[in-house]
Amino acid sequence: MSTEITTDVVVVGAGPCGLFAAFELGLLDLKCHFIDILDRPGGQCAELYPEKPIYDIPGFPVVTGQQLTDNLMAQIAPFAPEFHFNRMINTIEKQEDGSFKVATDADEVFHAKVVVIAAGGGSFQPKRPPVEGIEQYENKSVFYAVRKMDDFRDQDVVIVGGGDSALDWTLNLQPIVRSLTLVHRRDAFKAAPASVNKMKELVMEGKINFLLGQIGKLDGENGQIDHVHLTTDAGDLSLPATRLLPFFGLTMKLGPVADWGLELNDNTIVVDTEKFQTSVPGIFAIGDINWYPGKLKLILSGFHEAALMAQAAKAIVSPGERVVFQYTTSSTKLQKKLGVA
Amino acid sequence: MIIRVTDQAGEKHELEGLDGWRVMEVIRDWGLNIKAECGGALSCATCHVYVDKDWLDVVGAPSDEEEDMLDSVGDVKSNSRLSCQILCSDALDGLTLTLAPSAAKD
Ligand SMILES: Cc1cc2nc3c(=O)[nH]c(=O)nc-3n(C[C@H](O)[C@H](O)[C@H](O)COP(=O)(O)OP(=O)(O)OC[C@H]3O[C@@H](n4cnc5c(N)ncnc54)[C@H](O)[C@@H]3O)c2cc1C
Ligand code: FES
Repeated sequence: MSTEITTDVVVVGAGPCGLFAAFELGLLDLKCHFIDILDRPGGQCAELYPEKPIYDIPGFPVVTGQQLTDNLMAQIAPFAPEFHFNRMINTIEKQEDGSFKVATDADEVFHAKVVVIAAGGGSFQPKRPPVEGIEQYENKSVFYAVRKMDDFRDQDVVIVGGGDSALDWTLNLQPIVRSLTLVHRRDAFKAAPASVNKMKELVMEGKINFLLGQIGKLDGENGQIDHVHLTTDAGDLSLPATRLLPFFGLTMKLGPVADWGLELNDNTIVVDTEKFQTSVPGIFAIGDINWYPGKLKLILSGFHEAALMAQAAKAIVSPGERVVFQYTTSSTKLQKKLGVA
Repeated sequence: MIIRVTDQAGEKHELEGLDGWRVMEVIRDWGLNIKAECGGALSCATCHVYVDKDWLDVVGAPSDEEEDMLDSVGDVKSNSRLSCQILCSDALDGLTLTLAPSAAKD
């Protein structure tokens, strides 16, 4: 049975712009639920450049992607937004009373008066290795993540990659598989040195195999692989395998955003510049995902858009209620909400 | 300067390069099939190209960080480079390369 959650606002995407929206909405007493396909907040800042410095956030001469995310999380904490990670939003449907029904792939249904799409460059999804016909095996015998360990029990498993995911799952699955081969293109790993050492020990003990190479082609039928072909420096070889786990990191895909019936302009959502509302009243779009004349894909633009969007969202959630413009520096009312007065 | 690019469909293009620009930026601005998701920040590997063997010495070897990033594509060859890490200059006039399948947009 699906879980039903009722809230003021559903925010699609917990990137920097979505996170700051929770602050602006919170000041106006609107409660937010976030949905993100990633397992943590920060969007591109956390996934693509956590350690890289950003120099154009007002008031921060320099801040890394992760620090900005951490600061935004601290800033919105007083409003206690709720986060639903590892979920993809699949559908948004307008109801007769003007509210929205938002459904995720984790079988949750959210009822909200306002939806804010802060989906940035799209949802993060595993990079598919350029192997012909790999789609037919996906989620049957080729997986990009381990959801159920039992799917790998007594299987001949091939793991490809040299990062933490590849090494962690090599170590975790080794005790339950029939055979395990780790394949990486070189003998250097980006993973934690302790995991690399442990993996090398298992190779020495003959409990797993390590091969230098890349996947070329897959054999099998009805979604079930039986052989993985590898290209190696020593030539091509064919390896019996019943499960393949390629770990090449994530890439952004527009995904279902395109199917929500909103007016689009080249994979971005058209909004007005007064409210940042989409072609469907009650659905707003802020940050990298939106488009209007002169749009700049910068974090600071998304922050500005969030402030204006929140005013318009308030008018939808609490129609007729007068909103008095206040500064956080001088309004004790706002300071109370922030827990500082 | 000119860059000669073969795209994933095998079509050849001659692109005018601009001194100081990244090769990725030139390929992207000419509208070829390159995702270049991170805009040149060495964080995505979706600007992956194969540099023509004759040009490998001129272009030079990838940095350690670039090698690490190349781990996130499944079609690396000995002449793989990330095109955002190659700067256009007169020395590279005529640079010849091929877009890797993993650089393609969705
Ligand atoms: C390497 C690099 C350096 C950058 N440097 C700067 C800089 O110096 N200054 C600057 O201003 N900007 C910079 N940017 C751009 C900046 O990161 C973006 O403008 C910013 O991240 C946009 O924020 P956002 O909240 O709109 O979206 P994003 O950060 O893209 O976050 C969107 C979130 O939505 C989620 N999502 C999308 N669709 C769905 C769905 N259907 N279901 C569930 N979740 C979904 C995604 O998983 C993601 O977490 C840089 C970007 C990169 C890659
Ligand atoms: S554009 Fe991202 S690594 Fe080159």
